[in-house]
Amino acid sequence: MSKILILAEHDGATLNPGTAKAVSCARAIAEHGGADIDVLVLGDNVDAVAAEAAAINGVSTVLATSAPHLAAPLAANHGPELAAAADGYTHVLAPSSTYGKDVLPHAAALLGVNAVSDVMAVDGARQFKRPIYAGNAIVDVTVPEGLMIAGTSRSASWPAAGDGGSATVQAREAASAPAAHTRYVGVEGSGGDRPDLQTANVVISGGRALGSAEAFDIVYQLADQLGAAVGASRAAVDAGYVPNDMQVGQTGKIIAPDLYFAFGISGAIQHLTGIKDAGTIVAVNKDADAPIFEVADIGLVGDLFSVIPELEQQLS
Amino acid sequence: MTILVGIKRAVDYNVRIRVKSDGSGVETDGVKMSINPFDEIALEEALRLKEAGKTDEVVVVSIGSNDVQQQLRTGLAMGADRAIQVDTADELQPLTVARIFKALAERENAQIVFLGKQAIDDDGNQVGQMTAALWGRPQATFASKVEVDDGTATVTREVDAGLETIEIDLPAVITSDLRLNEPRFVKLPDIMKAKRKPLDVVSLDELGGHAGNAPEAGHHAPPAPRGGGIMVADTSALVAELKNRGLV
Repeated sequence: MSKILILAEHDGATLNPGTAKAVSCARAIAEHGGADIDVLVLGDNVDAVAAEAAAINGVSTVLATSAPHLAAPLAANHGPELAAAADGYTHVLAPSSTYGKDVLPHAAALLGVNAVSDVMAVDGARQFKRPIYAGNAIVDVTVPEGLMIAGTSRSASWPAAGDGGSATVQAREAASAPAAHTRYVGVEGSGGDRPDLQTANVVISGGRALGSAEAFDIVYQLADQLGAAVGASRAAVDAGYVPNDMQVGQTGKIIAPDLYFAFGISGAIQHLTGIKDAGTIVAVNKDADAPIFEVADIGLVGDLFSVIPELEQQLS
Repeated sequence: MTILVGIKRAVDYNVRIRVKSDGSGVETDGVKMSINPFDEIALEEALRLKEAGKTDEVVVVSIGSNDVQQQLRTGLAMGADRAIQVDTADELQPLTVARIFKALAERENAQIVFLGKQAIDDDGNQVGQMTAALWGRPQATFASKVEVDDGTATVTREVDAGLETIEIDLPAVITSDLRLNEPRFVKLPDIMKAKRKPLDVVSLDELGGHAGNAPEAGHHAPPAPRGGGIMVADTSALVAELKNRGLV
């Protein structure tokens, strides 16, 4: 039987949905010989977040570790703490977010093992599938017997495990010393009030065809009407129309909304990699030969500057 | 001070990847190979730090058979002062690579180990973090801005929530994200000059050898295709289709 520890991701106040997705990945491992699934919450004053984690279906115990030096999500502190907490577990998992990818390999190295990045499917307690070459190939990976398994779960591949669980919350003392060599200054978000790109059910993205930062306003308007998050292609980001953290694609965010709109996006392979797990892909582009239409479920050849206002009107 | 830059020989980012028909891997025969783009960005940043007087030398490191000398020469042509090839015919796992960088960082008394955030072949995104952990030094991954100042560095990191800033003491590991800079083009005279720059070859065993116990890669498959899409004539038809599918 497996014993799985999941590193929770949170912002100090609420749990990130990537955590419940990692629980789904852990439950897939549990289908191969059973598993106990625990969640580790690192931070300062983590009671509220721990309570949220305890409500995820399938979790046995939530280990809540509060310490001042764990308040900021620094790998220099969270990495050693995760490694210390992993003692006795067969698997250690983290969401494949920038946080998980920063911390998990650090802990894996301290534990003396390689990590399995971006687990997208589970074929056995030690057998996984993961994407390589920007998702252009899927490889089967087997971790040899006797080794602890460290991995990140690819959030776009797993549904969030539901609520309704009632795990025990256990206070756990911090085991690591603060790392004086790394200091957290702060984080500047650009998101505003819109839904988070990585967890939104509906995402509307714009590409280079928008032509300017001002023109992006029509994308924001439609998004607000539909309660959607807003993304962009790399071309639109490189052109300076929108900030970096809105980029969807292999080098930006990999997302899996129920409904994805691509306006004026040609469909470079690196963008397609970021959206191919979406439920339904709608593409609107002037160029009938744009590669985006090869992956779109519903395609419309047309000018986004007339289609978007029409959509707004007809969907109101 | 010295900056070590890891540059991996990887399939060029413009190549369309094909999985071998027997599933044993990805077709690399006759395929263009280049410096992993994220590593090239790391090298460019190191060179800019040298040009700004923040470091005395930039050393490029690549791990592999003699083929990697091609990428090392490109790195030297971009402006690196010398190169180190860690000679091995094996495909190494991140933990072994991290041990190599730690050993080299100590041997060369490096102040910064600069790497790409990930290689575009394996997409592992592990080596920088592992090097920092084994070395017991700070890590600043996914860097989009780096300022070096008298024994410390202030690094802006591209994280999911936006731009995070941290301050680290040197020596440290920094990994580059896409928008840190745009690497320079190599000029012909620099390629000629690069031929005369020193390139040392060291064996893997000299640097601690294999970490062992690696996960084994098995069957490779192409991703499942999406299909069955339809085209609609106008916005009304699109809205009708979305409503029909219960999506709006």
